[in-house]
Amino acid sequence: MTSASSGTLAAEILQATGINAATCYQCGKCSAGCPMASESDLRPHQVMRRVMYGPRERILQDETIWLCLTCETCSARCPNDCDPARVIDAVREISLKSGLARMPRSIGAFHKAFLEQIRSNGRIHEISLVMEYKLRSGDLVKDVTNAPGMFARGKLSLRSERIDGVAEIKRIFERCGVSS
Amino acid sequence: MSTADETVIVNAGDERSETARSQMEPVAYYPGCSLHGTSREFDESLRAVVQALGVGVTEIEDWNCCGASSGHTTDHLLSVALPARNLALAETQGFRRVLSPCAACYNRLSAAHLAVATQDGLAERMPEILGRPFANTVEVFNAVELLRDLIPVIEERVAAALATPNPLDGIKLAAYYGCLLVRPADVCGYDDPEQPTAMDAIIGACGADPVDWNMKVECCGGAFSVSRTASVVRLGRAIVEDARKSGAEAIVVACPLCHSNLDLRQKAMTARGDKALPVLFITQVVGLALGLPAETLGLSRHFVATEPFLADLVKRAAVREAAEQKVREEAAAKAAARAAKRAEADKAVQAGVAPSSAPESGEPQ
Repeated sequence: MTSASSGTLAAEILQATGINAATCYQCGKCSAGCPMASESDLRPHQVMRRVMYGPRERILQDETIWLCLTCETCSARCPNDCDPARVIDAVREISLKSGLARMPRSIGAFHKAFLEQIRSNGRIHEISLVMEYKLRSGDLVKDVTNAPGMFARGKLSLRSERIDGVAEIKRIFERCGVSS
Repeated sequence: MSTADETVIVNAGDERSETARSQMEPVAYYPGCSLHGTSREFDESLRAVVQALGVGVTEIEDWNCCGASSGHTTDHLLSVALPARNLALAETQGFRRVLSPCAACYNRLSAAHLAVATQDGLAERMPEILGRPFANTVEVFNAVELLRDLIPVIEERVAAALATPNPLDGIKLAAYYGCLLVRPADVCGYDDPEQPTAMDAIIGACGADPVDWNMKVECCGGAFSVSRTASVVRLGRAIVEDARKSGAEAIVVACPLCHSNLDLRQKAMTARGDKALPVLFITQVVGLALGLPAETLGLSRHFVATEPFLADLVKRAAVREAAEQKVREEAAAKAAARAAKRAEADKAVQAGVAPSSAPESGEPQ
């Protein structure tokens, strides 16, 4: 079996996840079931291929990796247990850490707003999350028309919940090495 | 009685009480952020149903957000540590099991439990990262698992609730599992990742008819609801259309993300002239079958209005009930007529008149 040579992306992923990308034999079953395949430049089997053969920058800078919903259809169907969903998650993590990530603005804004909410309150407060998302993404008018309906149905609470252990949560972020 | 026999009996008793205890034992409840906000009807209906079924749930004190997609997309260690804090809290607060109804939270909590149990070094690092003791002893389960295990109790209660006719009797429902409730298989494990049946079985126990359809495990776009709405509308449309084609009158979910995507955004997914399909939480379905009042189940909080749907169900149940009542009355009238005829014949026999006709008219039917 081919194994990843050291210093390659495949080797990093093997170390982080225990998954050897070389075990993928490109049957394409993952991509056939992928709900985001029609919107992606790189489909799951192509991600697996590029993890193996590079170029490294090409995949780490790819926007498509951020479109993966982690619905796990690919991993559930993979006949050789290659776990493309876990590989894509690992690629994203390496991409972020190496500073090469080119996340679509809206998705990046959402993740940042989401994690910031957790860090400062310990829980998500949906109104604050959406406000923060809007500021980060610049997408100010979106979904504004849904707000009155959500209020009327008692789905939006004005008060955010802040847990007692906020300091603990901040420490967890620090110890995991996640800055923002 | 010998000592050996006694030992056996005592052991058997222990085992039985152990099973009973684990079923009756209060479980820790992890609502997650959605159930405290946009999906509070999932929380309301769950609480109403577990109370009716006699399961004690206690919310974990000071629980934190599980990190959801944003956590695992960004950092693996963080995606384990955030849910692990909740498992550690539940453990310290004396629980052995955590009920996590939100599919996304369930997935993250269960994945963290599995990662700590199987990945090198995580079990040793976790207490240091969390700053609290953590032995990873608490098991995670979801609302579908809970209700599936209670199917015999649900069936019994539905059969006993004769005061009002069951509005769900025979109506067609599409059980929609989506992704995070059943995948990955090693994290979810309680059902098949491609052909799950647990929710269908619960729907059946409620007297309704689960339809056979194609999209039960397709992803609805989950966390992209806000950041990539067009994708969610594309994926959701395929799900709603297939449910409609299968003859379903409503879609049943057990995930706040699925619910909000299919309910709040259904208008954008539906062609003009097509009837909107109500999207119900599985706990609301069970609540209706148990005869719990609609207002305790949060049914008025949906965007696809459930009121006309429920009114229609009640009307149809009344029509069904009236038809059954008529059949019962006719049968009773026939039986009464037969009994009267027999009594008359018996009287005639006793009086000694026309004995030859007695056996014929005395024959039942």
